[in-house]
Amino acid sequence: MKKVLAIVLAMMLVLSAAAMAETVKIGVFEPASGDNGAGGKQEILGMQYANKETPTVEIGGTTYDVELVYADNGSDTTKAPSAASSLVDAGVSVVLGSYGSGVSIAGSDIFKNAGIPVIGVTCTNPQVTEGNTHYFRICFTDPFQGPVLANYAYNTLGATTVYCLGELGNDYDQGLIKYFVDPFTALGGTPIQESFPTGTSDFTSYLTNAANYGAQVLFCPVSIAYATQIIQQAASQGVGFTLLGGDTLDSNVVAEATKGTKVELTVTTFYQEGANPDFDAGFKAWLNEDSEALTNNGGNDIISAVSIMGYDAYYTALEALKAAGSTAPADVMATLPSVVYDGVSGHIEFNETGDAKRDSAVVKKANTETGDWEFVTTQTVE
Amino acid sequence: MWNTVFPYILSGISVGGQYALIAIGYTMVYGILRLINFAHGDVFMVAGIIMVYMAASGVPLWLCIPLVLVLTALIGFVIERVAYKPLRNAPRMSAMISAIGVSYTLQNLVLYITGGLNQLYPTIPWISDSMTIFGATTKVVTVVTPILTIVLVVALVQLINHTKIGMAMRAVSRDFETSQLMGIKINNVISITFVIGTFLAGVASILYFTNYTTVIQTSGAMPGLKAFVAAVFGGIGSIPGAVVGAFIIGIAENIIKGLDIILFKLGVTSGPMGLATFSDAFTFALLIVILAVKPTGLFGEKITDKV
Repeated sequence: MKKVLAIVLAMMLVLSAAAMAETVKIGVFEPASGDNGAGGKQEILGMQYANKETPTVEIGGTTYDVELVYADNGSDTTKAPSAASSLVDAGVSVVLGSYGSGVSIAGSDIFKNAGIPVIGVTCTNPQVTEGNTHYFRICFTDPFQGPVLANYAYNTLGATTVYCLGELGNDYDQGLIKYFVDPFTALGGTPIQESFPTGTSDFTSYLTNAANYGAQVLFCPVSIAYATQIIQQAASQGVGFTLLGGDTLDSNVVAEATKGTKVELTVTTFYQEGANPDFDAGFKAWLNEDSEALTNNGGNDIISAVSIMGYDAYYTALEALKAAGSTAPADVMATLPSVVYDGVSGHIEFNETGDAKRDSAVVKKANTETGDWEFVTTQTVE
Repeated sequence: MWNTVFPYILSGISVGGQYALIAIGYTMVYGILRLINFAHGDVFMVAGIIMVYMAASGVPLWLCIPLVLVLTALIGFVIERVAYKPLRNAPRMSAMISAIGVSYTLQNLVLYITGGLNQLYPTIPWISDSMTIFGATTKVVTVVTPILTIVLVVALVQLINHTKIGMAMRAVSRDFETSQLMGIKINNVISITFVIGTFLAGVASILYFTNYTTVIQTSGAMPGLKAFVAAVFGGIGSIPGAVVGAFIIGIAENIIKGLDIILFKLGVTSGPMGLATFSDAFTFALLIVILAVKPTGLFGEKITDKV
């Protein structure tokens, strides 16, 4: 009896394996909770949409089903390594993420030791890819974004004093502020830097500081959670300066916070809605069909740049898998430097450090009447 | 000079009032049970979350506010009955560990419900409006908070000193067994203490989140900790002490945030020194100093050993 059972079970195992199509796993290393949870979820939305659009990939003549494996790094550098390990254990071929440079850096070594390549989606801190052969990235970096912002603040906004506010110990905030301060000082401006401890919700005194220093611009490249607080409190204090932010502030949640206020908010980012109408229409239709996706997007169908980046990252990973002709992480890693892909956000090609060659950033402004983003200009640096 | 300093003091008084309302919950529970109720900060956060979901589900705001207060008080009651009452005769440490457990349970419950995303607090009319006071622009709630805090504290002190239940509370805080022998139903008294404490935390949450509009599962942690420090600073067990401690901490931490510019304008320093970074460190350093120098706090009662 036991033998028969064993044979039946073995048969079932073989049959089910044969019936199932081959699967290739792509790891999604993103925050779904914590300060960056909102941003991480929007980045995942892009990947999910791309996965729905193209759920299979042909690798070496066989059609594989693409499975997204999620790991929530909780926007927390102490949780990031265990989230990374769970992806390694799941046997993923390539990893996408993360939103937030700090967690990317924290998880990096786990992937490095496992020999799994990672494609950074919107982590802009240079340390993410520097000295790593396994970490690639499809977005611009802070050494590019910082000077763009500094130039914009000094030349376009006409600011001579800028109050820079970042979260203590946050790699992204402090990194971008550093890359902003140097060129801004070189232009002849006076930057003032201050940091707030993690978990702060009372920004009124920092805003008073900015006003007392006579700043014309408040540069706050902080997480979405803090940005919305800063905007609301700036609105109730009736501040006279402009708020300036980096790519993290490009979220409909942030733009929504300015609605009905007199706060001026300008950010640099990767993409502006409307640049690719076909994509926009398809993505919006999907959001409106799927109530969970709509909730994850902050309750409306405004497209965040991070979603587009997530979408492009997914296709870049598929290109790499196709070119590698294998699902082995080592083969994918060897192929990635030569991968070229024309995405919605532009042309993607990696340089020797593994960063995408990007030379332009989109500048956009929050419309305080509609709570939507408005295109201002495309800023290029030679 | 006044124009430079005043906004910081205003922020400090406002946030101090909110800490005070939370600190009273800590101090009352400690006074009666000798228990540090670590879940108190999280009850404050849960009150915020209830408000967010209630307003989102279409309940009119004038109804939301009393409902939130009642529900918060109910949560305090339930927590006490479920997590602390069974441990009444257990070592004090067990109840404290149970409190930590409740704290994490509440945080994770909210994490599960909200998916870890920030929830925007509804705008309550009038107290969310901007107003100008002595040249500083702020929300009406900033000015309302300290006034409301003081009114509530005076009422509470009257309740404790001049009513039957207040007398029972004082008796229970002195001696458990004797008051039980005198016919006081100590479980009822303890429940009422929790209900009052969490009710005030509910009031604090409405004031706090109207000012700082996002609620997330960790929102209660920092205000809770600072209110706890305020309670220790003022002398844990003493209600006026908790209020004074909370105002001092609120004002001091906001002045530290602006100390750079204040010193600069006074001509003491020539440039920014990055002192704002230390605003939180100050609060906790103060806790250490107080514990080392005056362990009973500003208004704390002297510890008399009952033989």
